[in-house]
Amino acid sequence: MPSYVAKPTPPNQDKRWKLVDATIRRQGGQARGLIETLHTVQEAFGYLDEQALRYVAMSLRVPLSRAYGVATFYHFFTLKPAGEHTCVICMGTACYIKGAPQLLDAVQRDLGITPGETTPDKKVSLLTARCLGSCGLAPAVVYDQEVAGKVGPAGIREHLKKWTTQHDA
Amino acid sequence: MTPEELDQIAETEREQQSHFTQQVNVCVAAGCLSCQSQSVKDALDQEVAKRGSKDHCQVKGVGCMGLCSEGPLVSTSNGVLYKKVEAADGAAILDSLEGSPVSRLVCPTDVPFFQRQKKIVLENSGVIDPDRIEDYIATGGYTALIKALTEMTSREVVDEVTKSGLRGRGGAGYPTGLKWSTVSKSVGTKKYVICNADEGDPGAFMDRSVLESDPHRVLEGMLIAGYAVGASEAYIYVRAEYPLAIKRLRNAIRQAERVGLLGSEICGTRFSFRIDLRLGAGAFVCGEETALIASVEGKRGTPRPRPPYPAMEGLFGEPTLINNVETFANIAPIIRNGGEWYSKIGTEKSKGTKVFALAGRVENTGLVEVPMGISLREMVYEIGGGIPEGRKFKAVQTGGPSGGCLPTECLDMPVDYESLAKAGSIMGSGGMIVMDETSCMVDVAKYFMDFCMTESCGKCIPCRVGTYQMHRILTAIGNMTATEQDLRMLEELCDLLKHTSLCGLGQSAPNPVVSTLRSFAEEYRAHIQEKKCPAGVCGQPVGETV
Repeated sequence: MPSYVAKPTPPNQDKRWKLVDATIRRQGGQARGLIETLHTVQEAFGYLDEQALRYVAMSLRVPLSRAYGVATFYHFFTLKPAGEHTCVICMGTACYIKGAPQLLDAVQRDLGITPGETTPDKKVSLLTARCLGSCGLAPAVVYDQEVAGKVGPAGIREHLKKWTTQHDA
Repeated sequence: MTPEELDQIAETEREQQSHFTQQVNVCVAAGCLSCQSQSVKDALDQEVAKRGSKDHCQVKGVGCMGLCSEGPLVSTSNGVLYKKVEAADGAAILDSLEGSPVSRLVCPTDVPFFQRQKKIVLENSGVIDPDRIEDYIATGGYTALIKALTEMTSREVVDEVTKSGLRGRGGAGYPTGLKWSTVSKSVGTKKYVICNADEGDPGAFMDRSVLESDPHRVLEGMLIAGYAVGASEAYIYVRAEYPLAIKRLRNAIRQAERVGLLGSEICGTRFSFRIDLRLGAGAFVCGEETALIASVEGKRGTPRPRPPYPAMEGLFGEPTLINNVETFANIAPIIRNGGEWYSKIGTEKSKGTKVFALAGRVENTGLVEVPMGISLREMVYEIGGGIPEGRKFKAVQTGGPSGGCLPTECLDMPVDYESLAKAGSIMGSGGMIVMDETSCMVDVAKYFMDFCMTESCGKCIPCRVGTYQMHRILTAIGNMTATEQDLRMLEELCDLLKHTSLCGLGQSAPNPVVSTLRSFAEEYRAHIQEKKCPAGVCGQPVGETV
């Protein structure tokens, strides 16, 4: 079908938009590629901001409301930039009954943030996961993409301390 | 690709492998990887290179061996399984290949955990290298596809699956053969196959292990399904939270395309098939088939009323076959050995085997595949090795947030679709979580209600508002502020949600509450009347208890 709407130009010169454009092309510029495109944006930029959502919506010719709706519906997408490090605590059933709430409590007390938040110095983001599928290793925590199993409150405190004191020393 | 070429690949691979007189398999599935199994493999590789024994000793990264709690696991060609291996143990293990085993690392395999299992879905897991199609082909992979394409009509394939008695492994247990036959009879300009790999149940990791350990088996099952129902395009809807499974699937699809097992005119027949990945983005409701379809179409994952069923009107309005990962993984062996062989395993109404992710308060946690009909007692006490630290068994939870908690009285019940449903739980996708006396059942019910409340998509009101209200009451019970009236309201809401919600999420959301109310009513009473929590979980600040 011929298109009479010119393809929008990326918001800026950032090379990462090329990756986004490649995904859009692979999906044939169709609305059905919305989730895939948002995945690419998040992978490239770390999060989805308004300018990215506007660009994706225009490129795929969907209303901005739909792009925003999808971005907020799915837990995996985040609209805020993450901190330097991320700590994900698994709250799956196996982890829950093996002490994940205690881990969460320890971190919340130490850092003073709740899940989904980042410390004011932008060092650490705290997240919770539904289930990492590492139930055999419960309770599990992901420190910057690395899964650690059978974590105790002392262990998680120590790990976070390393992050928060890294540059101050 | 012709049948002869496939034989050729298998022959070459077997010939190559026969040069290796010694073999060391290291588990590189997610469980062991998070215990640093990659560094164990690297250390073994280096050690083999240093000793110059590369031509006769092979170090292979393989899929899950099951006993995740003892990882990293390493198995050797002289039949020894090692547990909790560290990189520094590499040399000792290589030394032992010609002598006696390293006794401090040996993991006994003559225990019920290994002996009681029957492996069909997991037969290649822990044996083949998931990143090499040749290894899969050498163990007889893709022969079922060739057999279906060259010796059977699509009708016969459907009949064979029907004869096997296989039922959907995603949880509901709908007969697979019936579903296939409906889709094959539906009329559309195009048909689709979708593999549901959006394993959202907390406490379940079977599908991930299958995808990470043996991705080609799932592709083969999908190809056979595509041929049987007349589809030409397929999607695998996989959770974005499983990066390793995604990587291995992408790799497997590329390899299958390269050798001509995916693409146009497969094996010189008129059958063409493409498989593409779609990444989920973390929404539990997308396990429901109509919500999953919406998500593949790039929309918010909200369900729609059925009928029309996806078998008639599914993806992009066309007939669509949706099956779970484990269901597809069962297909190749059924076609290879015949439906009758499969129907001899299991119970009268539940055929075959089921993979369970055993976790929680048991000695052995990990992945097990058992014939249907095994008793819960065998699962917990024999395979699971019992409850650690001498504590007392309290309940076993199956089916995730849609399932229920089964008390001690249910221990001798057989594990099959009907018995579990009768006891107030469901088979679910295979999560099995054991709880001991330190778990409070009110707290567990609250946990699952919190899950359903957060995951409710918000489309229908009973689920959106009902889960919130139920969670509010359960929280009040946990805080010892609830009254008898609240309890009656809770029961009423259970009934309301079950009968008026739009999709399975809302309809089954009360299950954890109903089942705990039925089997552990005294715990609810203690919270409400005596204002105390028998397990000592509720009403006190978390934190310093561990």
